[in-house]
Amino acid sequence: MRRLASVASLAVLAVLALLGGCGEPEFSDAEKKTIASLALNMLPALKADTTNQYADVPAAAALGSTLFFDVGMSRDGTVSCSTCHKIDRQFQDDLPQAVGVGRTNRRTMPLAGVARDPWFFWDGRRDSLWAQALTPLENPLEQAGNRAAFAHYIKNRFGERYERIFGPLPDLSAVPANASPLGTEAEKTAWKAMPAGEQEDVNRVFANIGKAIAAFERSIEPAQTRFDRFAIDLATGAKPEGDAAFSAEEILGLKLFISKANCVTCHNGPRFTDSSFHNTGVPPVKDLPPDRGRADAVTQVQADPFNCFGKFRDGDAGACRELRFMVKDGQQLVRAYKTPSLRGAATRAPYMHAGQFASLDEVLAHYSKAAAAVEGVSEVHPLDLSDRERAALVAFLKTLSD
Amino acid sequence: MRHAAHDVISRRGTGLASIWRYILAGLGLAALLVGILAVVYLTAPHSAPGPDTARSKKTASGLFVASFEPERGVIRQGELQSWLLTLKTAAGAPVEGAAITVSGGMPQHNHGLPTSPQATDYLGEGRYRIDGVKFTMSGWWQLRFAISAAAGSDSVVFNIVL
Repeated sequence: MRRLASVASLAVLAVLALLGGCGEPEFSDAEKKTIASLALNMLPALKADTTNQYADVPAAAALGSTLFFDVGMSRDGTVSCSTCHKIDRQFQDDLPQAVGVGRTNRRTMPLAGVARDPWFFWDGRRDSLWAQALTPLENPLEQAGNRAAFAHYIKNRFGERYERIFGPLPDLSAVPANASPLGTEAEKTAWKAMPAGEQEDVNRVFANIGKAIAAFERSIEPAQTRFDRFAIDLATGAKPEGDAAFSAEEILGLKLFISKANCVTCHNGPRFTDSSFHNTGVPPVKDLPPDRGRADAVTQVQADPFNCFGKFRDGDAGACRELRFMVKDGQQLVRAYKTPSLRGAATRAPYMHAGQFASLDEVLAHYSKAAAAVEGVSEVHPLDLSDRERAALVAFLKTLSD
Repeated sequence: MRHAAHDVISRRGTGLASIWRYILAGLGLAALLVGILAVVYLTAPHSAPGPDTARSKKTASGLFVASFEPERGVIRQGELQSWLLTLKTAAGAPVEGAAITVSGGMPQHNHGLPTSPQATDYLGEGRYRIDGVKFTMSGWWQLRFAISAAAGSDSVVFNIVL
């Protein structure tokens, strides 16, 4: 009898201990659901890009890969896509602002999962991966080339490979060596002097360069991390073992990420991004030209002849719903920038669209304080994170890099 | 007196005394448990009553009855989706030829919609396709419809909580 009573008392004590928090379960069901939604195994298969009929053609991806690493694809023969999108550095360059032929105004974005984005660049000024790939080619601070020169270069250097994929190259014998509607004054004049048919021939070759590079970039996908192994174990009820087991600090960081710190509001889904644009009050960089983010990009993407509504799109206009239903004006676009993926972020400082913050701790200090935006309205509210909480968030973010 | 009572119990035997002691202890612990449960219940964060998430309602001035449903039945966060707005008069007749504008946002996040949804097609029987709807994050979203038809102009707000 005495033993029975002791057992009963112990059971009551155990219940009390649970209620008191000593044996509290690590995550609630709602938290578990959120964590599961962030795991890489939730990433759906990459959708076909009907605007680029070569997107999944291996020969196109192979040519695209050649072009991506070819410094011949620039004005002075020293810059390629891979100059800033470094293959051994998550396809970014660790610099606050990218340096091509000159120093640009923006941080190089990493490329893992880039083919899943609806909008490209920090401000979404292009609406397809292939239209994006064309832009640095002619930016005077990046590859600084011009489309007539690129068409000649492709014909001379990769003519056979090009024609096996895209069909016969046009006759370029009358096309000037250098001409573009976006180039120097001389290049613009040369472009204007070209008959419309010749301009279209050059634009077609130029668009196909972008489509080949995009076909290559579609293969760059995020890799599994410690967080994913932890999340899968949590979802299946298995006990995380080895490096899938999280420390108490990492668990606290994950909890903060999905609750008090509100990170998951924008950094959601298996890529940790909502693929949308937000003003988070990130300060401008001194000495850089004025930057209004998404507010200026909407006119640029609408004016781009290579956008989804343009004649170089393959397939039908049903693929253009993002552009069709784009928000074109309003205060919310001012200094709004794309939510970056946080996969691999811990090992690629500096942060933000112009490399404003040197460390994750500076990023978290910014969000904790939530200073007002210099222009537009910041969507961020002060978090008042303690030093311990900030350290825990950094510890958690590191699990997305290991 | 207490001594006397104790003596009586003792005389009846130690076994019985132990059982009483345990029953008393058990009752005490049970009371404590109830107390703690009450404290936990009273101090637990109670979610504020959420917004009205009815998918069918009268418009603000009662001119129409509006229903708003995802065209494919489910809401998928982060995807462009089409929804159906069905408009009936108060008497239940389908509203045809309505001009509809869409606005909205997230009241708790200082921002509007991430896309500009539009009424793209009339599907008959008062049903209008609202295409370009995208919910990029979980939380409380609002979609406002300004409706102008033969019966007059009215508006309606739908709350969607993800």
